Amino acid sequence: MKRLQSAVAAAAVALAAFSSPGFAADKPSDPQIAHIAYTAGSIDITTAKLALKKSHNKAVRAFANDMVRDHQAVNDKALALVKKLHVTPEDNATSQSLTSQADAKRADLAKLSGKAFDKAYVDNEVAFHKTVDGALETTLIPSASNGELKSLLQTGLKIFEGHLQHADHLASELQ
Amino acid sequence: MRTLVRLAAVFLLLQIACARAGVSGEIVKVNINDLAFSPAEITIKPGDTVEWVNADFIDHTATARGGSWDVVITAGKSAQRQFNKPGTSTYYCRFHPSMTGVIHVRK
Repeated sequence: MKRLQSAVAAAAVALAAFSSPGFAADKPSDPQIAHIAYTAGSIDITTAKLALKKSHNKAVRAFANDMVRDHQAVNDKALALVKKLHVTPEDNATSQSLTSQADAKRADLAKLSGKAFDKAYVDNEVAFHKTVDGALETTLIPSASNGELKSLLQTGLKIFEGHLQHADHLASELQ
Repeated sequence: MRTLVRLAAVFLLLQIACARAGVSGEIVKVNINDLAFSPAEITIKPGDTVEWVNADFIDHTATARGGSWDVVITAGKSAQRQFNKPGTSTYYCRFHPSMTGVIHVRK
């Protein structure tokens, strides 16, 4: 029950970022979409690095390593694409909101240790990926104008859906 | 008769060379694209080698359930493993556990 509550709370926080006024009012542009996607990836990498510092659980550490590896690969691909397209990612309200909320969440996680940390980290990963996957599916992918950006976001979604399944499975093991 | 003996000798030498080089059997390719093994299920003969070709831009593994073997397939690269014993191996990607495959090794 506690897990559900914390997952719902984390999802609510992440949803708030994606439905912030600056994001919901207008369809995001490609430079904004690139910035949001890159920011979401960077957030997950930083949180995973915190998990690698704090967790001693083999499965949690393996998952965190997977997050660093995959999100770095997607972000590298995104950087190469924006360079090729001569697009400069544009900071925006959604990116800023995501970053500030993630900073707060990371500060909370940093106060925990042992099993409590592992559980909170994995629950947050479930909620974060659920929200990011939802935003990709319903807003970012449909809004992307450039075909290559759209295709990269679609591949990203497939990868992140796998992360969500993996995190869900891990969360059930940590019960 | 001499020719026949020579041919037999050449054949024998070739067999020894191949056995030393470990090149018996065929190479069967399994593609990895968009986080899926394709074909996901294959049947090979003892001594055949499976080559996984990773077309994704992220790393994957082919890892036996139970962990008896583990092959890392770097993004954009290929990796191989030879299967000598008959039997069935189910495998998955350690990095992306929803990716699964089956290898049947039959005589």
